Amino acid sequence: MFNFKHAKKSIDIIEQFLGLIDQGSLIFKDGVKNYLLGNKENFQDNLKTLSNLSSEADIKKREIENILYTQSLMPQLRGDILKLLEELNNIIDLAKTNLFEFDVEVPFIPSELNQDLIKLTELSVLAIDSLIPAARDYFVNPDSVKEKLHRVYLYEKETDKLASSIKRRVFQNIPQLKLSEKIHLRYFTLHIEILSDVAKNAADLLSIMALKRAI
Amino acid sequence: MTITLLYIVSGLYLGWLLGTNDTVNVFGSAVNLKMLTFRTAAFIASLFILSGAIFQGEGTTKTIHSLGNISEPAIAFSIALCVAFVVLILIKIKLPVSTSQAIVGGMLGWSIFVHATTDWNLLSKFIISWILAPVIGLILGMLFFILMRRILNRTRIHLIKLNSYLRIAMIIAIALAAFGLGANNIGNVVGIFSNLSPEVSIDFGIFSMGGIQILFLIGGISIVIGIYSYNWRLLSEKSNEILSLAPEATVVVLASQAVVLFLFSSSWLANLLISEGLPSFPLIPVSSTQIAIGSVIGIGFVKGALEIENKTLARIGLGWIVAPIGAGVLTYSLLFIIQKLFNYPIRNESLIPIFKQNEFQSIASHSSKFNMVLPGIIFLSAIIIVILLYLFFRQQKLRLKAEKDILVQQNQLYLSEKAMNELEMRTFAVENDSLNLKLQAKRKEFMDIALNISEQISFLEKISSGINEAIKTSDNEERIQRLNKLSMIIKQKMSFPQEKKEFYMQIEEIHKDFHMKLKTSFPDLTNLEKRLAGLLRLNLSTKEISTLLNISPKSVEVARYRLKKKMNIDKDKPLNNFINNL
Repeated sequence: MFNFKHAKKSIDIIEQFLGLIDQGSLIFKDGVKNYLLGNKENFQDNLKTLSNLSSEADIKKREIENILYTQSLMPQLRGDILKLLEELNNIIDLAKTNLFEFDVEVPFIPSELNQDLIKLTELSVLAIDSLIPAARDYFVNPDSVKEKLHRVYLYEKETDKLASSIKRRVFQNIPQLKLSEKIHLRYFTLHIEILSDVAKNAADLLSIMALKRAI
Repeated sequence: MTITLLYIVSGLYLGWLLGTNDTVNVFGSAVNLKMLTFRTAAFIASLFILSGAIFQGEGTTKTIHSLGNISEPAIAFSIALCVAFVVLILIKIKLPVSTSQAIVGGMLGWSIFVHATTDWNLLSKFIISWILAPVIGLILGMLFFILMRRILNRTRIHLIKLNSYLRIAMIIAIALAAFGLGANNIGNVVGIFSNLSPEVSIDFGIFSMGGIQILFLIGGISIVIGIYSYNWRLLSEKSNEILSLAPEATVVVLASQAVVLFLFSSSWLANLLISEGLPSFPLIPVSSTQIAIGSVIGIGFVKGALEIENKTLARIGLGWIVAPIGAGVLTYSLLFIIQKLFNYPIRNESLIPIFKQNEFQSIASHSSKFNMVLPGIIFLSAIIIVILLYLFFRQQKLRLKAEKDILVQQNQLYLSEKAMNELEMRTFAVENDSLNLKLQAKRKEFMDIALNISEQISFLEKISSGINEAIKTSDNEERIQRLNKLSMIIKQKMSFPQEKKEFYMQIEEIHKDFHMKLKTSFPDLTNLEKRLAGLLRLNLSTKEISTLLNISPKSVEVARYRLKKKMNIDKDKPLNNFINNL
């Protein structure tokens, strides 16, 4: 009835799941950097690793779902928790899909944009990196969730700003690019930027969940 | 015994109402939060309500009894009926009601009717207790909540583990609150029937039950029936009306309820406080709902938010007033009717103490005694065996279910893998087909190359032998004739008829769609014009086209002009763009 064994198991799996999302964001950052710097082999390695991490995260999420429902753990909160895990899983899925887009579409990126795109990736990934500790805190210390989420919102805003500036630069200051290349670049800026947006959505959900949990 | 049961039926009905109404506050939130199933929560609550009633019910029953000695069973029946009726009406109109207040109102109605001297001291104790109980509930709610918050903030237990701990805490709290409710509220159910307690004693070996405790047991059973007969599907609606709390707060509310009910029903605590020279809590039935609400308000104070709406508070206040007055007025009216219509004598009698120090000894000497040790042991053993068997079969069932689930999962996995493999095989088959086609095309290409080479060799051999023959010829005229013939052969060869034919065939094959469109959109085009359109689509220059078509560049220009005209293209629009976008 008290399910201590399953409780411990699900805690471990949630921890592993959060670890996978964390690793996934770092691999995504590394992958984009390797693409921009032309390290094709490393980029392919990153792509493979991220794909594996994403599948593993999917499996972990399903395992957690299974335990929470079959063992009737936290009936009043499991809906929210599973929604949060779904949002987090979306991040790694999106990171994988976006990195695959680089591999499939092979966008032409002028070297003068490398620095900005690397910074954009770092900011976007920082938003995810700040989300993970907040998600961990939701389970043990919900009062500190809100202060940790401030960073996610900050990085998301910075990502938006930088993405706009990159797009403006592409369309206004690099005349040698064809329109198709410009549009392509706009999409890839969006691919990187969107990760921070998804992190922000998860942060919104998390902040409501933390409020609900606050006693 | 049967007649006693008939008389106390109205009290049992009141017990049933108490079971359906007040017990919701004890385990309603836990079930509503899905922390416990209704079955588990109701079982725990029932067990502890019965225990509380049997072992701790004396104190409050004595107090209710001391409000007035009703020796006439019919009058006690009537009072309990009036009280039950008022409680039922208030429940129906969804007004929070306390059975304790209603029963006291009924007793007061009776005492006014019989002109008995009201014990104002006792009455004031009742009123003070009814005010004090929710206030203590509020203070305890605040204290327990602060304590819980501190513990949780310091220990930082993981949410999932915390959930399991809270389940345990909730079960303990429900048990304690149910025990307190049984002990405190049993007086409401059977208090006025104390004179009807059977003079029997049942010995269970570990403990004995006197007549009054058997009465408590019967009253407790009526509460338990109330719990089980209540439509528990309405439970969530009912508990949401007043209490909708998080699990942590639910534990706090239940703990506060348990403590307050214990304070107002424990004779042991009262004796202990008196022996220490401290003021004791009066043993008076209080409302568990009001304690719970006090506790929720206390939690609200700590959180800085009002957890209960003002409207609900107003309804509680209204219930507080209407219950005793309504029960009093109804009892008075019914007694009046009984006296006037049936000429039934209703009188006041001096109090007969029902609880004596040596009650059990006197019961043992004057009443019939049943030895229940052996039947009790047999009954308990049977229950234990049944429970063990149930647990064993349940475990087996769960194991089988788990195994079946795993098999189903494995089967699904196998099916999805099979589907994936089939898909992969189909992909490979398609890929093989395309590779086969490519291979055939390559083979044909090589064959063509080989044929071409052999043709070229035989042609060159023919030319070489022709030149040799011309060299060998001494006649100048014949030599010129032979050389002219050779030149003619070379010129014929230079038009590459075979290669050109293949070239156009391949173009048509590659741009199948284009040629189809051309044919359907412009059926009047000649073969030469179609060929020209095909070459234009390849973005070939006029010079290249003229070489391929074996005509002069000027003729190409003329052909282009004609084509443009046939295709109805404006003069200022280039033909190439039109063809490329076709």
